[in-house]
Amino acid sequence: MSTDLSKTPLHDLHAELGAKMVPFAGYAMPVNYPAGIIAEHKQCRDSAALFDVSHMGQLRLVGDDAARALEALVPVDVVDLGLHKQRYALFTNPSGGILDDLMITRREGDLLVIVNAACKAADTQHLITHIGARCTVVPLPDRALLALQGPKAVNALSRLEAGVARLTFMTGGAFRLAGADCYVTRSGYTGEDGFEISVPADQAVALAMALLREPEVKPAGLGARDTLRLEAGLCLYGHDIDSKTTPVEAALTWAIQKVRRPGGARAGGYPGAAVVEAQLASGAPVKRVGLVGLERVPVREGAVLVDAQGRRLGHVTSGTLAPTVNQPVAMAYLAANHAQLHHEVFAEVRGKRVPMRVAAMPFVPHGYFRG
Amino acid sequence: MTTMFTPDHEWINIEDHEAAVVGITLHAQDALGDIVFVDLPEVGRTYKRGEVVGVVESVKAAADMYMPAEGEVVEVNEALRADPALANRDPMGEGWFFKVHVTHMEQFDELMDPPAYDALLKKL
Repeated sequence: MSTDLSKTPLHDLHAELGAKMVPFAGYAMPVNYPAGIIAEHKQCRDSAALFDVSHMGQLRLVGDDAARALEALVPVDVVDLGLHKQRYALFTNPSGGILDDLMITRREGDLLVIVNAACKAADTQHLITHIGARCTVVPLPDRALLALQGPKAVNALSRLEAGVARLTFMTGGAFRLAGADCYVTRSGYTGEDGFEISVPADQAVALAMALLREPEVKPAGLGARDTLRLEAGLCLYGHDIDSKTTPVEAALTWAIQKVRRPGGARAGGYPGAAVVEAQLASGAPVKRVGLVGLERVPVREGAVLVDAQGRRLGHVTSGTLAPTVNQPVAMAYLAANHAQLHHEVFAEVRGKRVPMRVAAMPFVPHGYFRG
Repeated sequence: MTTMFTPDHEWINIEDHEAAVVGITLHAQDALGDIVFVDLPEVGRTYKRGEVVGVVESVKAAADMYMPAEGEVVEVNEALRADPALANRDPMGEGWFFKVHVTHMEQFDELMDPPAYDALLKKL
């Protein structure tokens, strides 16, 4: 593997655990361990899986005006976000396209922002350029990020610190775990209950090893993370959403709170608001949907979708044979008039037409702990 | 030598040249990971050497399978179609893909013998 790849603080641990490493967003990352993607996927659905997601960007926004400033870049209510509450958000561009998706948590004294690895340099620059005069943008390269996900994640983590069990979905708190000062949120990217743990980089290995000693926990790689998030109906930036898709086209309007919509107290005021508001009012020409394959053949990113007459209707942005569903599932953009539930379309796979049906997402029910 | 290998990580066993057995190698299944779908060739059809004769799909990726030596497909492994993970568990045995009546024996002789294939794997 190319040596110019960045390494996470857990790099040597991955090697000890027998991981297969692949380049991802400039990092050498574990795609799977010897158990394999399907076993790791099931481990997360049935018990608990530990993921290294230290490649993701962590930033602090500091200053009294930080929340209001951030609202100038996202169509999301940040100002009213309560202490230790977390929220999903999107950076938009002047055309209403999505520059990245992110998580925002209001902490005492700052906003913690988690962004995608491939976007973190651009996002940091974007924040500094547009709101750097209103708040201080502090990248956190000295922190690692671990995700402990699965229905038994709470059992394992609460043995290290009982207080984490009190967190509910999309809330966070500061906790001392294995001697490290961590910030823990009850959230993740698998559809399961679980936690994301921001930990000082030099204490990340000790924490990971402590978690792996818990009987419920086994390591899982990016391969399982991808199949888990797809079954959970969660978008992967650069695939299911990008700078050419708007929040309305991407079926992410739930992320735009009322207060930021037309008629709301802080409506608009983010890049591309006019485009997004027009689509909120009268719909978008295409829509992101879930598809379930009616045959066994996996339908993957890039597959063209057609109707029975062979007319192009859209394309697939993510797809695989989903381990829990045990059927091919996909996310796709379809012409809006074909995007209704149960509508049947055909995916072109190696010259053959594979029937698929528009299905509700998530494909697997979420297991979030809402208290 | 009755089993030979291609640089694309197929194997072919020619004990019976009218029904030579073809599959993917241990290395191929390991590189692909969990195999979830196979597209097998048409029985009765003749494929040229190097022609795409099937597809192997894992959770992560799809890979083409190429015909090691020209011939007519005489049988496909229906058990593999029903349980594609056979190609992970026993790639050189129960996880075979199809049988071919090889019509160009000289093409078989041009494939890699086990030491040559091992040498190729060491270079990867």
